Amino acid sequence: MKLWKRTVNVRVGLLYLLPSIILFGLFVFYPMAKTIYLSFFLTNQNGLPVYFNGLENYTFIFSSDEFRNSMKATLLFVVYTVPVSVLIALIMAILANEKLKGVGFYRTIFSSTMGISVAASAVVWLFLFHPSVGAFNNILKTVDLPAVQWLLDPDWALLSVSLTTIWMNIGFNFLVILGGLQNIDESLYESATIDGAGYFTKLRRITIPLLSPTLFFIITISLINAFQSFGQIDILTKGGPIQSTNLVVYSIYKEAFVNYQFGTASAQAIVLFGVVLIVTILQFKFGERKVHYQ
Amino acid sequence: MERVKLENVKKSYDKQTEVLRDINVEIEPGEFFVLVGPSGCGKSTMLRVIAGLEEISAGSLIFGEEIVNDIHPSKRGITMVFQNYALYPHMTVAENIGFGLQVKKLGKQLRKEKIEEVAAMLGLSDYLSRKPRQLSGGQRQRVALARAIVNEQPICLMDEPLSNLDAKLRAHMRSELRRLQKKLGFTMIYVTHDQVEAMTMGDRMMILDKGIAQQIGSPMDIYNYPENTFVATFIGSPPMNLKKAIVQAGAPAIRLSSTITLSVEAELLEKLPDSVIFGIRPEHLVQPVEGSKIYKAPVVNVALLGNETLISLDLDGEEWICKWGGQWHYKVGQSLEFSINEEEVCLFDPETEKIIQKGMKG
Repeated sequence: MKLWKRTVNVRVGLLYLLPSIILFGLFVFYPMAKTIYLSFFLTNQNGLPVYFNGLENYTFIFSSDEFRNSMKATLLFVVYTVPVSVLIALIMAILANEKLKGVGFYRTIFSSTMGISVAASAVVWLFLFHPSVGAFNNILKTVDLPAVQWLLDPDWALLSVSLTTIWMNIGFNFLVILGGLQNIDESLYESATIDGAGYFTKLRRITIPLLSPTLFFIITISLINAFQSFGQIDILTKGGPIQSTNLVVYSIYKEAFVNYQFGTASAQAIVLFGVVLIVTILQFKFGERKVHYQ
Repeated sequence: MERVKLENVKKSYDKQTEVLRDINVEIEPGEFFVLVGPSGCGKSTMLRVIAGLEEISAGSLIFGEEIVNDIHPSKRGITMVFQNYALYPHMTVAENIGFGLQVKKLGKQLRKEKIEEVAAMLGLSDYLSRKPRQLSGGQRQRVALARAIVNEQPICLMDEPLSNLDAKLRAHMRSELRRLQKKLGFTMIYVTHDQVEAMTMGDRMMILDKGIAQQIGSPMDIYNYPENTFVATFIGSPPMNLKKAIVQAGAPAIRLSSTITLSVEAELLEKLPDSVIFGIRPEHLVQPVEGSKIYKAPVVNVALLGNETLISLDLDGEEWICKWGGQWHYKVGQSLEFSINEEEVCLFDPETEKIIQKGMKG
């Protein structure tokens, strides 16, 4: 009875948390525990664990060229997409934050990619990249440059997929950065103007430092998203050609649902989780120092 | 030191409604000039026009002999303190104060000396390495002030700098600002909506309403000789009592209410239209004086403030307030006897609302 009374706060708190606990438990915590569990087993075709083989799955994937190749492709993909998409979105947001005529129109256009699903935009880009009727090769042809096998050439495929991804990410990044910019008090700029600060001084000394929490957020989110890219790969290249765009999540998908190797697929997923965790921790440790929260 | 002169300055944002209409004023070097008016009257716009943050639609702004309409804000020789202080939240107090100097590429050592000197003057020496968020409202206000002073410009513009402080600190900062301005000798153009600030700080002030300069002059001149009913009610607390009164040519007299009639000399009568707006400040409705006429009106409210008492009277449905020194315990409904200090009566034209006559003597 006494315990029942004493724990009233805990019970009320848990009740409020219950919806999230159920949802997270069902769709995040349980699958994650199951993944960790499966990564120590060999499985049959139905995905049921049949043989415990300890760390065998991990040693296997780390020694496999295929997995190392897909880790490398993923890291390259992250390096190609994150800085460029944040930088472009930043420049566009700074432009769209100016008080110009018709700027609302540009703000809508610039953020429009947010409203398009990964699948739909990937299909559009599939047409743009088409070797013979695609827009890109037609443009190259008009300026007398040789056609590029955008998605079919192993040297180009990852770049092409990255280009698509950058385009898709810009809308969201733009919108968040623009929000951050509009949060900066106009009088700070006016005060700096009276002091004689030029456009770039204001940008460097006021805009960027005050935007740093927003930039930090957007970089963190972009990094995590880039590591987890799947849809555009599935539609544009299916991991090819010659594994050149076989990003980790796509590799996990293939291993599990094409090759029915749930054990090694789970091990890959855990490794990816570890990498994302480490990158995020490092980012908070070193990146956040340069962030000025107000 | 330069004279600031506005000639027929107009400002309109949408080319239809004018925020400033034909402003003409000369502000003397070293003067503490206050712009005062109700919110939305255009006073902040006028300050921003002087600063160069807003363009002038028509007219000219002259600093010294030079027309500065198209001169960049940083080349005008001004500094500005904003209402919200506009401190850079990511910089320390020292960096905030030194920002302007740094932009002007002043040497590091010289910069440090100047920052320390100004910080000492404003009692900020212990806070130089803090960020604005670690300071109290009053300290932030001082940093904003320090930032303006350190640039040593001849003209300082302030946009309601004290409005975010509590009453006690505000009173203190009022006198400190005033002292600082006199000591350093710069020209101050100061915007406020608070008439007490305007009265106590300004050498001269300008009262703005609806973009029109209503009156320019020293605080006491404006208080004693308001040019129109707007100024009369805007300056002074409680405001001047106003009431429409009928001029009786036969008597001759001014009939203020059913029970109050003041006799008028023939000389004055000639100047008056058929009716006037009769104005008298609360402190000039005095206790009955021997030898002068005594009037009566019912009391509708009594506010005891300790050192003075505000007694509200009913004059044919309009409420007048008289301010008497000391504590007076009247009851609502009681009839109050009082005299009117006739020298202080202001008579306004009911059409134009401009003053016709001060005092009841022709």
